[in-house]
Amino acid sequence: MNRFEVLTPADLAHAARLLARQGHVALAGGVDVIDLLKLGIIAPATLVNLKNLPELHGIEPGPRGLRLGALTKLHEVAEHPFIREHYTAVSDAAREAATPQIRNLATVGGNLLQRPRCWYFRHPDVNCLKKGGDRCYALTGLNRYHAILGGGPSFIVHPSNLAPALIALGASARIVGPSGERSVELEKFFTLPSVDPKRENDLKPGEVLVEVNLPPPPAGAKSAYLEAREKQSFDWPLVGAAAMVASDGASRTVRDARIVLCAVAPIPWRSPEAEKEIIGHPLDAERARAAGEACVRGAHPLADNAYKIAMTKVLARRTILKAAGIEEA
Amino acid sequence: MRVSLTVNGQRREDDIEPRTLLVHYLREVAGLTGTHVGCETSLCGACTVLMNGRAVKSCTTLAVQAEGAEITTVEGLARDGKFHPVQEGFWEEHGLQCGYCTPGMIMMATDLLSRNPDPSEAEIRAALEGNLCRCTGYQHIVNAVRYAANKMRAAKGA
Ligand SMILES: Cc1cc2nc3c(=O)[nH]c(=O)nc-3n(C[C@H](O)[C@H](O)[C@H](O)COP(=O)(O)OP(=O)(O)OC[C@H]3O[C@@H](n4cnc5c(N)ncnc54)[C@H](O)[C@@H]3O)c2cc1C
Ligand code: FES
Ligand code: FES
Repeated sequence: MNRFEVLTPADLAHAARLLARQGHVALAGGVDVIDLLKLGIIAPATLVNLKNLPELHGIEPGPRGLRLGALTKLHEVAEHPFIREHYTAVSDAAREAATPQIRNLATVGGNLLQRPRCWYFRHPDVNCLKKGGDRCYALTGLNRYHAILGGGPSFIVHPSNLAPALIALGASARIVGPSGERSVELEKFFTLPSVDPKRENDLKPGEVLVEVNLPPPPAGAKSAYLEAREKQSFDWPLVGAAAMVASDGASRTVRDARIVLCAVAPIPWRSPEAEKEIIGHPLDAERARAAGEACVRGAHPLADNAYKIAMTKVLARRTILKAAGIEEA
Repeated sequence: MRVSLTVNGQRREDDIEPRTLLVHYLREVAGLTGTHVGCETSLCGACTVLMNGRAVKSCTTLAVQAEGAEITTVEGLARDGKFHPVQEGFWEEHGLQCGYCTPGMIMMATDLLSRNPDPSEAEIRAALEGNLCRCTGYQHIVNAVRYAANKMRAAKGA
């Protein structure tokens, strides 16, 4: 680990000015930052500890939805009764993430901004496309955990399982930078490698993610998040799926839906194709199956990850049915 | 850089390099070697300590992140020369073999029981998912946590 200094500003504008400087990196829970420091993948001169910025703290449920300060811990999201009731997918995703010790430190903001888990990216001796090198080694290398959708020129998958759940519930992010503030739909915040392979989102130098806002769920909406892993205890998802389904009680006709996949693409992957399969129709197992098929219609597997196609279909179907409260036969 | 924090009930102030990890601070500056370092990549849980009552991995936490916090390590559990019920559970139920994972297991179990005094076996296993043991096969560890839970509830009821 290189030598660095740690600054702890108490004022948001000051933090933004510091972060606009070369070699300054934000520190939230530190779970990802410290890993990357140890690997030498980042070597900042200064860490800017965000913990004393009051605007970044707090969970506020209300009639206008839910505000999650960027420094909200994953365990707080997982345990909060209001979130569990009204934003079930978000609560479930937070509970599935990592281990208790990590959920006690990891923050919502840091989770959304964490770097990919790709073993080429994380290898100190590999200078891949994401680190300014000339190629994505996953394309011809070991790629069982890589993208089947939206890949190229880099084939990472986005690591956050919270992000798809938040997007399924229509979240937006409030961001403050040196020249003012903006609010962006979380769905549009993440960027594909075809835009710039070196980053996964649209956070500009100096910008601080202040909070995530969720609107009240649509009337009659329920949500769910499910993931498949290689082992039961903590692990990264091979594939995850978040679904929000708003339907009319008796007829089960779906009025609104959002389906967002995890670990299949370089960004949290919303599937309008799948949503189209169920919106306007009474939901049943057959409709959910069709939506699962639609999710992967445009998929391009690499040598070792075609299994993700079958897995995505099944998981999307199950998540939609779970959100709708329909037992699978 | 100056840090001030409380470790096992004692206030401390130390001058440290900003990059010092909490586990190295505890072991090398505070001299408390009960907290172990295993993987140093936040996977194995050997380095688990309590920060303000919540279990964290001290190998992926900077000491400066503990500024103003209360840290509890395995050395801080016993009272008046008597084991904490979780420690006693590990002793009575053979919850360890080589002992490498034990301080981390004990701290994680202490966090669990402070929030959930009567955990089911599934809840115990879920709470310990971030703690790896290469020796015991886990069953004795689960038994140890059950032992501690019963003992602590009995003491409360008494
Ligand atoms: C063993 C293990 C298993 C894991 N499993 C999962 C999993 O299943 N699912 C999952 O989603 N994640 C998982 N994670 C990842 C973990 O959730 C993230 O590393 C963590 O959420 C990062 O949050 P943090 O607060 O520690 O961020 P930090 O490490 O402090 O920061 C992460 C990044 O965000 C930047 N940053 C943080 N906050 C802000 C802000 N407010 N404004 C601007 N920039 C900011 C930092 O500069 C840094 O680049 C796992 C991690 C480990 C080690
Ligand atoms: S040493 Fe900290 S988790 Fe392994
Ligand atoms: S007792 Fe040896 S690692 Fe657990």
